[in-house]
Amino acid sequence: MTRRLGGWGPRALFALAGLAVLLAAIALAVSIGEIAIPPATTFKTLANRLFGAGYEVGRVQAGVVWEYRMSRALVAACCGGALALSGVVLQALLRNPLAEPYVLGISAGASTGAVGVMIVGFGAGALSLSGGAFLGALAAFALVLLLARGARGGSDRTILAGVAGSQLFNALTAYIVTSSADAEQARGVMFWLLGNLGGVRWPDVYLAAAVAAAGFAICISQARALDAFSFGEEAAAALGVPVARLRLVLFAATALMTAAMVSIVGSIGFVGLVIPHAARMLVGSGHGLLLPASALAGAIFMVLADILSRIVVPGQILPIGVVTALFGAPAFALLLYRARRPE
Amino acid sequence: MSFSVRDVSWSAGGKLILDAVGLDVPEGATLGLIGPNGSGKSSLLKLLCRLRQPQGGVVTLGGDDLASLTRLAIAQRVAVVEQQAATLEELTVREVVALGRTPHRGRFSPWTAADEAILRRALDQVDLGGRGDQSWHTLSGGERQRVQIARALAQEPRELLLDEPTNHLDIQHQIEILALVERLPLTSIVALHDLNLAAAFCDLVLVLKAGRVVAAGPPAAVLTQGLLWEVFGVRAQIGRSTRAGRPHIQFLYDDPVRRP
Repeated sequence: MTRRLGGWGPRALFALAGLAVLLAAIALAVSIGEIAIPPATTFKTLANRLFGAGYEVGRVQAGVVWEYRMSRALVAACCGGALALSGVVLQALLRNPLAEPYVLGISAGASTGAVGVMIVGFGAGALSLSGGAFLGALAAFALVLLLARGARGGSDRTILAGVAGSQLFNALTAYIVTSSADAEQARGVMFWLLGNLGGVRWPDVYLAAAVAAAGFAICISQARALDAFSFGEEAAAALGVPVARLRLVLFAATALMTAAMVSIVGSIGFVGLVIPHAARMLVGSGHGLLLPASALAGAIFMVLADILSRIVVPGQILPIGVVTALFGAPAFALLLYRARRPE
Repeated sequence: MSFSVRDVSWSAGGKLILDAVGLDVPEGATLGLIGPNGSGKSSLLKLLCRLRQPQGGVVTLGGDDLASLTRLAIAQRVAVVEQQAATLEELTVREVVALGRTPHRGRFSPWTAADEAILRRALDQVDLGGRGDQSWHTLSGGERQRVQIARALAQEPRELLLDEPTNHLDIQHQIEILALVERLPLTSIVALHDLNLAAAFCDLVLVLKAGRVVAAGPPAAVLTQGLLWEVFGVRAQIGRSTRAGRPHIQFLYDDPVRRP
């Protein structure tokens, strides 16, 4: 009997191949940009930074490669990985193929928080835009969970509560923007909401990497329990899974991952919804394999999307959320079509 | 004693579903839960595996208060087959049955030869030996039920709870499944609709009506004309089944409303 990618040999090979593709994508992301930098210079800069090679490189070019492009690529990778992980976990816990990191109102809350700081001036300057987004995301998430709990749990109820929460916070955002913002601010908000990796620097890398790594560790330690959710919460409970505790831990992990990523790069749709499905078609639905595969696929996808966002329109950078949806949706449609169930 | 239920009550949405229920299940027995729709059969099964907590009374398992056991401890001992299992995931038969090993495996422990042997034996027991790689979604209702029973057996339980396991099976598999359940060296508690199957394959039956226990004991002692009228509102003659000493119920279709 064969199992899809069973055994450790094929799995290790698969993981190595995924990592190689990710590294290649990051290398590509570091080499491409508005300022043409010769590949040799890029290579030398990386060698200097990573291995202390000591090549002669121009300071400006080295700065662009390392401070700007490298940090940007790494944040994109962490962000894509974390969002895809969150999607896998939420789809399993809520048993809903449409579940995604933003279904619990997280992105809507983040945008309200960001808008609150940017336009109304909450926190009187002590709170950064990302700080506001992070707090808003957590507030929305807490509200949605309370609402779901008040409605006596259940996956459908949780999703409905998320929809209600999202609508509320989106309306708040729209209210603040239309009543208080000038045109310039409104445009800034729009740009931020659609995802923007422009301002990313190394401190953001450390934060994103730490959050993504911690989130991955938590999720992968619950892979077996997530498998047990295939036939629903009661079936999982009957298999010995402490359902209530698991839900809380994993909801909290996905909320923190998503809130952190949204606060760094804005809300980027599509990745959390679609990458898990694409990964499922590749490696099956066992979470021991699906979680790492989704994380890798999400990271690769986001790095490539970021490259596209910088080169599609010459001289202008598209919001990355636009690219993920614009290129991701047709790709996913193709996948969906090819993996259609036999009649 | 396997399960012992003392004075257990449970209500949902302000409605009393189980009312001061008591029962004792000897080790190794096959107990049939019978009663009309809504009499509390499924609810009682859920209380026995603590998917629900009783509001009054005590359930013990092997002498231990069920409320004091961890979910994991219960799952290592009690396996449940729900009425109709459904999933959206693309799973193979093997993957579904392998879920039964969940309570016995650590978070990261690999799939062992022992797990594999248990899985294969479970598939053989439900007559699905060569079908491991088939997709769950291509199975018939009856096959799905048998896969779920294999999953439950892979859990290596001492107690097996089944909620109307024969619902979607053709008659051959109804008989096979119940014969299997009776033969297994386990304590089995089965909610059943078909009174003749209950009479033929259960050592004991417990009759529920509107959340109360009406009668309990060996089928021959419990399934009387008077009880069938009182609980189910049907007239019947009780004969002998081809299984030694078991009653066989012949329903009288023509005059269901006249009291015998």
